[in-house]
Amino acid sequence: MSSIAGTKSSLTWAVHLSLAALVLLWLFPTVGLLVSSFRTSDQIATSGWWKAMVPSEQNQTLRTNGAQDQIQKDGLFVIEGNLFENPGKATISVWGTSSQNIDAYKAGDTAELKKEATVTVQSNGDYAMQGPEEFSGKRGQRIFVTAKSPPEFTLSNYKYVLFDPTNREGMAKAFFNTLTVTIPATIIPILVAAFAAYALAWMDFPGRALLIAAVVGLLVVPLQLALIPLLKLHNEIGIGKGYLGAWLAHTGFGLPLAIYLLRNYMVGLPRDIIENARVDGATDFQIFVKIILPLSFPALASFAIFQFLWTWNDLLIALVFLIDSTGDTTVMTKQIVELLGTRGGNWEILATSAFVSIAVPLGVFFAMQKYLVRGLLAGSVK
Amino acid sequence: MHPAFQAILTIIIGVGGCVGYFYFSNQFLDKVVFPASGPNAGRNITRANMVRPWLFLFPALLGLTVYLAYPVVETLRLSLTERLPGGGSRFVGLANYQQMLNEPKFWEAMRNNMLWLLVVPAMSTVFGLLAAQLSDRVRWGNLAKSLIFMPMAISFVGAAVIWKLVYDTRPIDQDQIGVLNAVYLFFGGTEPQSWLTMIGPNSFLLMIVLVWIQTGFAMVILSAALRGIPEETIEAAIVDGANPFQVFFKIKVPQIMGTIVVVWTTITIVVLKVFDIVFAMTNGQWETQVLANYMYDKLFRANDWGVGSASAMIIMLLVSPILVWNVYNARKEMQ
Repeated sequence: MSSIAGTKSSLTWAVHLSLAALVLLWLFPTVGLLVSSFRTSDQIATSGWWKAMVPSEQNQTLRTNGAQDQIQKDGLFVIEGNLFENPGKATISVWGTSSQNIDAYKAGDTAELKKEATVTVQSNGDYAMQGPEEFSGKRGQRIFVTAKSPPEFTLSNYKYVLFDPTNREGMAKAFFNTLTVTIPATIIPILVAAFAAYALAWMDFPGRALLIAAVVGLLVVPLQLALIPLLKLHNEIGIGKGYLGAWLAHTGFGLPLAIYLLRNYMVGLPRDIIENARVDGATDFQIFVKIILPLSFPALASFAIFQFLWTWNDLLIALVFLIDSTGDTTVMTKQIVELLGTRGGNWEILATSAFVSIAVPLGVFFAMQKYLVRGLLAGSVK
Repeated sequence: MHPAFQAILTIIIGVGGCVGYFYFSNQFLDKVVFPASGPNAGRNITRANMVRPWLFLFPALLGLTVYLAYPVVETLRLSLTERLPGGGSRFVGLANYQQMLNEPKFWEAMRNNMLWLLVVPAMSTVFGLLAAQLSDRVRWGNLAKSLIFMPMAISFVGAAVIWKLVYDTRPIDQDQIGVLNAVYLFFGGTEPQSWLTMIGPNSFLLMIVLVWIQTGFAMVILSAALRGIPEETIEAAIVDGANPFQVFFKIKVPQIMGTIVVVWTTITIVVLKVFDIVFAMTNGQWETQVLANYMYDKLFRANDWGVGSASAMIIMLLVSPILVWNVYNARKEMQ
């Protein structure tokens, strides 16, 4: 079509560029979080993630060792050592001894301190402080450095979030809990809806049209309405809060869309096949299991993906129907909200936890995108 | 027990129970109640086939009734009652609604919700249309579409974390780690802003998160609609000397108007139910309250079921025109 549209090449370029800009804009936030999850907490805290690939320059306040480490040498009192906890990573460009003047000296320079003492700082952080009088004070001299650190990426955030047994906010348990909610909450509504959709599409019984209209109407009922009545109901019949309640809730709320999508698909299957099978003496159950189910695979797959994404990503139903006061059944989304509250500033933990929780749906999304799109199109446009 | 084993066990029980129902109930019908053999075989088959639809439908009907239809009625009832201390409840008429209407927080939620209803569907549809049109013509269009569509797979909570990093604030003397502040300072801003606490703009910043998620949905549907436009009309317009913009706005957009309405409506429903984004990012503080979160607050924090149910009914009221319209369309289609 582009050839007949008679567009000038300048416009083609404009199209390419605007599309690229749009894609970058859409991708940028996610990439930011992904990059952050591989950086050390120091790096996240001191420079934007978009600078992760270049050496970062940061201002730090470091201290020399205290007076307890001084030695006497040639009649002078000397303290020597390295300013960095892990020497060899960062390179000092400029430094200073007062907060007003943090770039007074270059690496290798010697600065004068009080009482005729001097301090020399090398670019690798080695320092030598000496003076004619004995040093006092435990905390050492403050040195303000501007240091360059090379880019550094680490898997330790993931190790901490997923595998560290000392980490009570860990995601491992929440991951399995989410899985426990998600798998039955995906399979059960598909089964239930597929049978119902078949009945609505191919079986003749009074009230069928009314039922279909009801399903369409229930598509838009906000699930907020269901919270209190169902919580009361669950408590009364003894389910309380737990997996069973969460599965039932997800099943109930997923049913209208599932029935709607599957019925629309099944109605379009060729009538001959079904009628021939009937003539041959097959019961509806056999027709359903042996003919309809295999033929409906694309529709089943697309709904399965929806329901999977929806249940995996759900927060509200888990909060209301699943997570009890013990917190044993907590899911990942809840865990992340907790982290946002308690560790709002710890981006390495937050970013990593968020990525652990979105990795599975993203994987499913990219693998099964074709079916997802098909389902969307079947559900929204006819 | 390792959580993985526990998970597998619960899964087997849950799914197995469901498969068991369908298999055994049909077996029971065919073998025990109306056996397809013996003297009354023919009659039995007919009878079994009359019962079977209901066997197929039973779990679905039960689910729909208990989880969707009953709660609508029950919430309506609860919104008209008040819990008495020590159990029981009392009919109070519209008192809950009256109390709710007198709360400034409710009106704040209403006002914000109206803004969300205007901004999110509009922006998602516009960006979706833009992305659909742009990606239609280029060779890497499908890749571009996948990437714009991707946020659909990310949870609202995950998206909240992603965007919180974008909006993050550091004191002026440190490097900014939030993109928004970095850009703001780069373009001459003097002070880094703490965006999420800025009353006014903060609501829009939350809306951006949902627009970011929903644009992909709008794009996919609108893109299919654009492809469905017959080539002849476009060719005719070009022959008549229409430029690309005229082709887009005067030929293509009017032809897919029906689809645009569907997309708009679907996103409107999502907006009315949106809870997680506000809950995770601001929890309704700094005047960012929306109805769904207000309702959650009432139900589970203030423990006020009456007013909570009343606000749920407001949400129901707002979606009911869409409900009626959907049913009307579906019935028309079936005839």
